[in-house]
Amino acid sequence: MKRFLTAGLAATALSLPTLAAAQEAVSFDQRVNDVFASSTGWFVNLIFMNLPGTNFPWIVLWLVVAASIFTIYFGFIQIKAFGHAISLVKGDYSDPNDAGEVSHFQALTTALSGTVGLGNIAGVAVAVGIGGPGATFWMILAGLLGMASKFTECTLGVKYRNEYADGTVSGGPMYYMTKGFKERGLPGGKVLAVIFAIFTIGGALGGGNMFQANQAHEQITQITGDFSGLITGVIFAAVVFAVIVGGIKSIASVTEKVVPFMGILYVLAALVILIMNADQIGWAFGQIFAGAFTGLGVAGGFVGALIQGFKRAAFSNEAGVGSAAIAHSAVKTKEPVTEGVVSLLEPFIDTVVICTMTALVITISGVLVMDPATGNFVLNEAGTAIQTIDGSSGVSLTSAAFASGFSWFPYVLAVAVILFAFSTMISWSYYGLKAWTYLFGEGKTTELIFKLIFCFFIIVGAAAQLGAVIDFSDAMIFAMAVVNITALYFLMPIVKREMNSYFKRIKSGEIVKHSH
Amino acid sequence: MSKTTIVVGLDGSEAGARALAFAKDQAKGIGDCTIAICYVIEWSPFSFQTAEENEERHKRRNEELNLAHSRVLDPAIETAKSEGFDVLGIVRHGDAADILDAVAKQQGASQIVVGRVGARGLKERVFGGVTGRLAASASVPVTIIP
Repeated sequence: MKRFLTAGLAATALSLPTLAAAQEAVSFDQRVNDVFASSTGWFVNLIFMNLPGTNFPWIVLWLVVAASIFTIYFGFIQIKAFGHAISLVKGDYSDPNDAGEVSHFQALTTALSGTVGLGNIAGVAVAVGIGGPGATFWMILAGLLGMASKFTECTLGVKYRNEYADGTVSGGPMYYMTKGFKERGLPGGKVLAVIFAIFTIGGALGGGNMFQANQAHEQITQITGDFSGLITGVIFAAVVFAVIVGGIKSIASVTEKVVPFMGILYVLAALVILIMNADQIGWAFGQIFAGAFTGLGVAGGFVGALIQGFKRAAFSNEAGVGSAAIAHSAVKTKEPVTEGVVSLLEPFIDTVVICTMTALVITISGVLVMDPATGNFVLNEAGTAIQTIDGSSGVSLTSAAFASGFSWFPYVLAVAVILFAFSTMISWSYYGLKAWTYLFGEGKTTELIFKLIFCFFIIVGAAAQLGAVIDFSDAMIFAMAVVNITALYFLMPIVKREMNSYFKRIKSGEIVKHSH
Repeated sequence: MSKTTIVVGLDGSEAGARALAFAKDQAKGIGDCTIAICYVIEWSPFSFQTAEENEERHKRRNEELNLAHSRVLDPAIETAKSEGFDVLGIVRHGDAADILDAVAKQQGASQIVVGRVGARGLKERVFGGVTGRLAASASVPVTIIP
């Protein structure tokens, strides 16, 4: 109790300057916005730049091409090793003497709690809202291909992790960049690692923090009515502070237990709605396939559907971004490939299962307005997205779609969004911290500085409508993928060697299941 | 290696101490008998953890093992040895009922002795406590000490 009080007081102290600053919030927000926009706009534009002569962002192509190359290079590992992944997660290959260490299941669920979140609820609604049901097809395809990217980065993450003298285990792209490049005799590993770490800090403070706080606040106000984001921000910051600085593990462990439950509840609710409308499922899949190639009159036609699908899949499952390599690295295994194989399930669960559920519910619920005469979707006045029955988009669109099945679901969804946002923040605070300590060294004081900055940005994210800041942070997450995938191309022969050796030993019977 | 082995579940509680005392009486009667004292740290590979907890898991596990030895197991072993018993100490992570049975199988034990832990929470009332589950699933006779 005393510890909690101290933590709470410290959080209040931290937020005092912000409260004072709120007096002149408008001008302050505006100023921050302007400074950010003018100094970072070029970076955002660079990351989201379209390929010459098209409206296709090069970064989306970069992610999809990489995922396709890894898929082919590793011989469709996502199909070949899918059953083996489930077997590993069940613990069939875990040595009973390692009981008490981090299991494959734990590493996978930890990583999932960082990725399952707003991307699955809000992101999909954006994709389907702009690109039509056809976007779902491309999203599923991107999810399936992304499995190979995860396999590559997570295998490397475990192979080049650090096992410290005090018994802690951690790793991430920074370490496979430096150690892996050195092993292959390649230059530039250190430079890549530093750039990656900088982008990771940006991504952690932005997409992993401000964006989450901002969206959580928006979701709360939809139910309670409008109030200052500062309040949401301070509460969120205080809770996160209590967990990451105060060391109040119980809050984190409660979240870690509630979040999977929320995820399951979400999928179940979606399934029930789908079963209630079972006669329309065939039609919905028809829409998804037809829309994938014709566009069915959506904004940007079939290319619009494709871009939205790919982009949202990447946002949601983070395949190729490098964050998963940090999350998976503490697992107990003698074979790095095993964790790579387990990580295949991450984009599968996140994108192929959960995102598809959201997309199907939105399609079936009829919240997207259709022209009964042509069977095409009706665009909104601006022509930028499909018209929806109540004009909503993002989280609210998903909410409206689920409400068509259960009128009370928006409340559950609001709780889910808040918890997902919270668990994503906790995950990203860790990714950011790993990048921070890579740059500035490990130590209580340096770690505390990052954690305080992280909590401060939660307040900023919830309180302000900083469009430019959020654009910048999304750009940062994709920038991580530029650096990470570059490194993966150089290091993929190492993964292939590991993979071949491992599966050869599985085949020869050298590696066998443990009887429990 | 003795002909007979008795596995005793020790958890630092009084019930556990009574189980050990009972096992000692049995061992005296049998004569050529090893008492395998087993301490189980409750753990599941299917729990949910944060990334930070994962990072520290290996370290914590070692700490847990050391604590189990220094606080419970080692003093018990020492006392039993000084009393002239043939003893063996085992610490494992996992589900107590599963582990005790697994250890009994591994050691070729003829029985398991555990102290009864009263049903504490709702979960234990519904799903049965460790002793109940052990009695229901063990491969050797189980003696439950009240």
